[in-house]
Amino acid sequence: MAYDYEKYIRPGKLPHIWCPGCGHGIVMKGLIRAMGTLNLKKEETALVSGIGCASRLPGYIDCCTLHTAHGRAVPFATGIKMARPEMNVILVGGDGDGTAIGGNHFIHACRRNIDMTYIIMNNYIYGMTGGQFSPCTPTGDKASTTPYGNPDPGFDLAKLAIGAGATFVARGTAFHANQIDKLIVEAIQHKGFSVVEILDDCPTTYGRRNKYKSVIEMMNRLKEIAVPVKAAEKMTAEQLKGKVLTGVLYKEEIKPEYTAEYAKVIERAKAAK
Amino acid sequence: MEKKMPRIEIIEKYCKGCRICVEFCPKDVLEMKGFYASVKNIEACISCMQCELRCPDFAIKVITE
Repeated sequence: MAYDYEKYIRPGKLPHIWCPGCGHGIVMKGLIRAMGTLNLKKEETALVSGIGCASRLPGYIDCCTLHTAHGRAVPFATGIKMARPEMNVILVGGDGDGTAIGGNHFIHACRRNIDMTYIIMNNYIYGMTGGQFSPCTPTGDKASTTPYGNPDPGFDLAKLAIGAGATFVARGTAFHANQIDKLIVEAIQHKGFSVVEILDDCPTTYGRRNKYKSVIEMMNRLKEIAVPVKAAEKMTAEQLKGKVLTGVLYKEEIKPEYTAEYAKVIERAKAAK
Repeated sequence: MEKKMPRIEIIEKYCKGCRICVEFCPKDVLEMKGFYASVKNIEACISCMQCELRCPDFAIKVITE
């Protein structure tokens, strides 16, 4: 049966602003299905974003939403979570917003292990501002600010999150649409800072400059590079060259969660009076 | 029991003509008609929902009973 997306969409907001073939819409559908699966109440769910194409997402979804300054989704969301620890706080944003402008906030939220879910749509570029290269743009790729090829090596976002101390890290792609909601469900259920990176396509500012003839070619690329974690165990380093692992990459449940730890600090401070 | 045919609804108001549904349909059910996607061969549809899942624009609904 067709999925009823309308129940989580603000009336009259569709069609959205994203370009034809942009994967952000696919991720938004995945998020809506995940919210439906977990039966999240609209008044108990906060969707926070910064600035960028991907950060337009909360505008379409009918729950508590906050559209903040560039790269500052994490601090605003931390404020919500600290004030109302019972809320489900979900952050959405792009790779530039999350890892460059908000990079410092991102790694420190990972370190704190505060119970939030960060969905990063990695399309390798700053789409909205005109296709400048981001920290996730692969070496050699063209952007409006690197017309002769990007000399920088790109971030491996998942490894960055694991290294910084996030306790749940997963990766999916816009092509593997039916996996997106499952990863997001698991991330929301996880108590601690969860990062879900979704590899995305930007046909307008990235594909056009990097010799992708169409959205279909970009989607096929996502299909080809993605290797599920389990399948990768049986593959050699040679076979894994140029591939990207997908699925749940890291999960640990030992590290204490920040809001719970902070509640203990409050208790200790009250007792010391 | 006779198999009930699914119905595919394309909301042209939302469709941006990106072709994702047409290209990734495993049974070649859809085609482009001008700017929009349209149903070509509904008999072949196996209700795998891939078009609905991958449509970034909320423009396809596969309705099964």
